[in-house]
Amino acid sequence: MKSLFFTQPFFQKNGKSVALFFLVAIVFWFIFLVIIPQLYMLDLSFRANIPPLERGGPKDFYTLEHYRHFVFGSKTSADAYNFVDLGVFGRTIIVSIFVTIANLAFCYPIAFYIAKIATPSTARLLIVSLIIPFWINELLRSFALRILFANEGVINNVLTGIGILDQGILFITYDVGLYTGLIYAYILLMMFPLYNAIESLDVNQIEAAKDLGSSTFRTHWRVVIPHAKPGIVSGCTMVFMLTVGALATPVVLSSPNTLWFPQLIYQWFNLNDNWSRGSAYSIILLIVSVVFVLTMMRIFKVRIGEIIR
Amino acid sequence: MSAGVELKDVSVTFGSFFAAKNVNVKIEGGEFFSFLGPSGCGKTTLLRAISGFQDPSEGQVLIDNKDMLGIGPNKRPTSLIFQNLALFPLMTVAENIAFSLEVRGVSKPERMKRAGELLELIALEGQGDKKVHQLSGGQKQRVAIARALAVEPKVLLLDEPLSALDLKLRQRMRTELREIQKRVNITFIYITHDQGEALTMSDRIAVMNEGELEQIGQCDDVYNNPLTPFVATFVGENNPLFGKIKDLSGDEAKIETSDGVFISSIDKSTNLNVGDEAISFVRPESLFMVKDGNDYKNKLSVKIENIEFEGNVKNFYASLYSGSKIKFSVANAIDTSEIEASSQIELCFDTSKSIILPKGALATE
Repeated sequence: MKSLFFTQPFFQKNGKSVALFFLVAIVFWFIFLVIIPQLYMLDLSFRANIPPLERGGPKDFYTLEHYRHFVFGSKTSADAYNFVDLGVFGRTIIVSIFVTIANLAFCYPIAFYIAKIATPSTARLLIVSLIIPFWINELLRSFALRILFANEGVINNVLTGIGILDQGILFITYDVGLYTGLIYAYILLMMFPLYNAIESLDVNQIEAAKDLGSSTFRTHWRVVIPHAKPGIVSGCTMVFMLTVGALATPVVLSSPNTLWFPQLIYQWFNLNDNWSRGSAYSIILLIVSVVFVLTMMRIFKVRIGEIIR
Repeated sequence: MSAGVELKDVSVTFGSFFAAKNVNVKIEGGEFFSFLGPSGCGKTTLLRAISGFQDPSEGQVLIDNKDMLGIGPNKRPTSLIFQNLALFPLMTVAENIAFSLEVRGVSKPERMKRAGELLELIALEGQGDKKVHQLSGGQKQRVAIARALAVEPKVLLLDEPLSALDLKLRQRMRTELREIQKRVNITFIYITHDQGEALTMSDRIAVMNEGELEQIGQCDDVYNNPLTPFVATFVGENNPLFGKIKDLSGDEAKIETSDGVFISSIDKSTNLNVGDEAISFVRPESLFMVKDGNDYKNKLSVKIENIEFEGNVKNFYASLYSGSKIKFSVANAIDTSEIEASSQIELCFDTSKSIILPKGALATE
């Protein structure tokens, strides 16, 4: 019994009752909250969209219709492809990539400062001031940004008020508000893996590089970043996944004429009452983002074990 | 190419704490110079001031007669070897060694050629493609030296790099470091709390205590003629005999202690008058046993308390009449089998092998 042998040290270390609780809790969480709902969605995405009462009846059959719809659009449409949905999807992925990169660029210097330069009391102060804003609900934070970025919002009023601008900038129309909101929304999920990774670097390594004549930039490029790579990939993975799946921030902050892909999914589920199609779109998003992340890990030669570390 | 290093009135303060206080020392080009002191005495701070990681609060650091104020560690002609070596674990051995050339824009073939030469210097030919963690402790040590030498520094700074090694390896590395220093002929400044290390390798040493330099000199001179009670007890071992000066004549002085009157040598610069409190220091190896001590000026009668066999020497711990403790060592070649615990014996020492210093703080280790 290999599996029993594997769990034995775990039982010895934690005692029978605690170990059993952990085991049951994890298995329950994984099976009932992750696997079963996802499998149900997967199944639903291949079925015709029918009211629950007609389940098992003659109209209930398996079909690729919802996936076909994502690529080719409605059968009555004149276009060869579903340009609208594909466009929203492509834009969501590409913007998410840029949001992730911007997030990394923003967080890296701060994480480095907190981990290696700041005194312990300054570091604590900075960490607390990063965390406190996140006590506020995501939706409220988005609305707060909307107040800042609106055409008649705080920023425009100030800039026009003191005479720097004649006319307000259309931050919301150009999605500046959306990008800012998306970057800000998951900043902590980038900050903490980065901070953890950089913190574990021996300061002597940085000083040694410097002593050997390395410039600040090169010290980061050759010593700090390679060391922090697992943290960087871990942060980027989380931020990318959550950005791609964000709903509240785009709902509040995107311009009226652009859509974020999860908004589309939301529409199929709630506005058009087509759970099958919504499921199909969710599955597509899930698969594409997972493949994207795995490809990135492959390119940057990071194993999944290193990320979890 | 080597360069001299001069510290002029260097003080380093952290708040109101003096990590280094008015340090003045001139280290010649090509010298192997050690700062010796207990941990926390400020020796690492001095090294950081020379390498550029720590600006002195007062005073000047001159390398090659140039003031180093405002010149960063990456622009100074110095290389530092860290206590934990700080090799880059994600780079190969050769990449580590050639790092300083890489950051100076030297082309890769040239870099690797130089790394190869340095690997030869440290007797690790052909091991450049290994990762750092595949090396043994001594090999890592040598790679750290090669990496520091790659940039052809004029001064090599070493911060207790041998402290993590086991005894045998440490002894071998001492010899090796000394040989490398002779071969590359640059200034080595070495920091250590291990007096054996400092004495075996250095041309000169500076003994440091609580941020101040207590004594600078050649190794045997510092060992034989300490200037302060701290140096006397920190560099090697020493038995203090506390008393009062009874008589002064030239380079000898009479000191009266509760265990008798002794005549010890005294340095001319020592400022002592008759009646002053003083200490006479005698090293364990300078005390010898005699059957009939009447021929000697300095006699002590002691009761053996404990005997410790160290190998090359036997150490005897004894108590004096006054109750104070004394240690003496006898070479194993001499037969001491008849002496055992609680034996009562007579010890003698030469005037020239003991030294009188004013009363002051001893090293507590």
